[in-house]
Amino acid sequence: MGGETNIEAIIFFFLFVSFTLGVTYWAARRTKTAEHFYAAGRSITGFQNGLALAGDYMSAASFLGIAGLVALNGFDGLIYSTGWLVGWPIILFLIAEPLRNLGKYTFTDVVAYRLQQKPVRLASSIGTMAVVLTYLIAQMVGSGTLIKLLFGLDYTVAVIIVGAVMMTYVLFGGMIATTWVQVIKACLLLGGASIMALIVLSKFGFNPLNLFAKAAEMNGQRVLEPGTKVVTGAWDAVSLGLALMFGTAGLPHVLMRFYTVPDAKAARVSVMWATIWIGSFYLITFILGFGAMVLVGQQEILAVGGGGNMAAPILAQVIAGNIFFGFICAVAFATILAVVAGLTLAGAGALSHDLWVNVIRGGHAPEREQLVVARLSSVILGVGAVILGIVFQGQNVAYMVGLTFSIAASANFPALIMSVFWRRFTTWGAVSSIMFGTFGTLLLIYLGPTIQIDLLGPKAAAAGSAPDVVASAQAAIEAHAAHVTSQWWYFPLKNPCLFTMTGSFLIGIIVSLLAPERAAEDGFAEVERRALLGEPTPTAAE
Amino acid sequence: MAHTDPRLHALAARRWRIAIWLSIFMLVAYYAFILLVAFDKPLLGTVLAEGLTLGILLGALVIVFAWILTLIYVGWANSSYDRDLAQLRR
Repeated sequence: MGGETNIEAIIFFFLFVSFTLGVTYWAARRTKTAEHFYAAGRSITGFQNGLALAGDYMSAASFLGIAGLVALNGFDGLIYSTGWLVGWPIILFLIAEPLRNLGKYTFTDVVAYRLQQKPVRLASSIGTMAVVLTYLIAQMVGSGTLIKLLFGLDYTVAVIIVGAVMMTYVLFGGMIATTWVQVIKACLLLGGASIMALIVLSKFGFNPLNLFAKAAEMNGQRVLEPGTKVVTGAWDAVSLGLALMFGTAGLPHVLMRFYTVPDAKAARVSVMWATIWIGSFYLITFILGFGAMVLVGQQEILAVGGGGNMAAPILAQVIAGNIFFGFICAVAFATILAVVAGLTLAGAGALSHDLWVNVIRGGHAPEREQLVVARLSSVILGVGAVILGIVFQGQNVAYMVGLTFSIAASANFPALIMSVFWRRFTTWGAVSSIMFGTFGTLLLIYLGPTIQIDLLGPKAAAAGSAPDVVASAQAAIEAHAAHVTSQWWYFPLKNPCLFTMTGSFLIGIIVSLLAPERAAEDGFAEVERRALLGEPTPTAAE
Repeated sequence: MAHTDPRLHALAARRWRIAIWLSIFMLVAYYAFILLVAFDKPLLGTVLAEGLTLGILLGALVIVFAWILTLIYVGWANSSYDRDLAQLRR
């Protein structure tokens, strides 16, 4: 099964790619200005954008990853699902409407609105790129590994195909194509997963409790209880929770989507739909995970490889045969493509709109030049993504997603919130807050257990001089861990968000209070007005 | 630069208050769940019915609660808040 050439899947995937390339051709003829390229000409409805947001968010990691986590650990998968969902109401309450009203193409537009453009844009681009690149690495490496399992294609070939198709979407069709690819993919994913869940439930009298009871009967009551693997300590739990909850509100490719709708009300409606779709999707995934646990079996899932990631596709094969298996594999591939396209577009926004147009060209660049630079940036990012995917081949990149969310929550979210809601926020407050959030997170992850023990432990053990390698490998890893944890620089939390996010807020506040900025404070009245009312209307008596 | 219209300022403050309270509700509900996972695993393992533990019920309820808060906010914003905004625009 895994690793063999999968004809049905390749046919379905070919259909998906041909259809979406058709959409891209249609979109390319409509992409004439930077506003089309970044914001789909603000022509997407709230309902459509809700589906596209859900598409951006329902990555292969959450579909295959959570289904696999549930299939192997039961209840614990639910901890991630809830965390990933609860960020959405926060976006709705605090971010979506002011963002739509204040910005143009990127969330940096909002942070920089009443501050000095160049330093803030420069800092914010660094925060954006850190999030985009770590997420791209996680997605590209995941895609290569998965496609090898799903389709039997070579890793490098898979990474290059993902990069090439994704770049075609972004380069020619910009945000219009990317949005429709997301919408199509979200419908396929939600539809496919729902059909699977219905087939699973039909075997259990359409009552999930019968399914859970059967799982407990086969694998012990522990699958319905919190395990010890996912959440280890209380502080780690609090910190991970912060990263999941506020990280979502700092993801550049998600924030960028709010500019594709015509007004703040549509932005609001789109988050509502996104929350409904994503919540349903996680509940469905929970059913699928238990379905795989019962109908496929944990031993069989582990035997295929991929650390549980194949649970959902194999379940499809067991309950509905090879054609449906091919369909689900193709949907998983499509999912990766669409998410990577969204990320590339967000990165291109930072490079071309924030850095080139607003920092280098001082905010004045002809329309044509903006479009050319935007497309050039997409090519750079697309090629970069393929190279990163190949460089990081075989590395354990599971921690990258946690890193992405931590940086997003620490670097992007605090600056965004303070710029909209706090009158006395200053340019240097924003710059120091973003810089601390980005580099503080990177440093603490590096000094923490994820890198020092989980990643470097086995390497240190392998490089050790122990003569009987196999017998002493475990001991060497433990010795390494004991040595590292006693160092003064060792940071004990897997997820640093508790420190970095609160730190970013504190530093932003302290720096702003130490050196007040008159112009920024004066600009706040305009921010407050525009956050509510949107662009100035011609009739306004001001 | 003109000073902020006091009605606009009042509406901004009201929206901000509602947003903060709803966010706090979401935060509390989610953290109640996560901290129970961290501190009281046996409690979440309590069997409520055949196949249903307290943990699964609460986890699903966090998702449902997120939906309810979302609908409350959208309901408020689409009626009362949008009406006030329309008046301010005039």
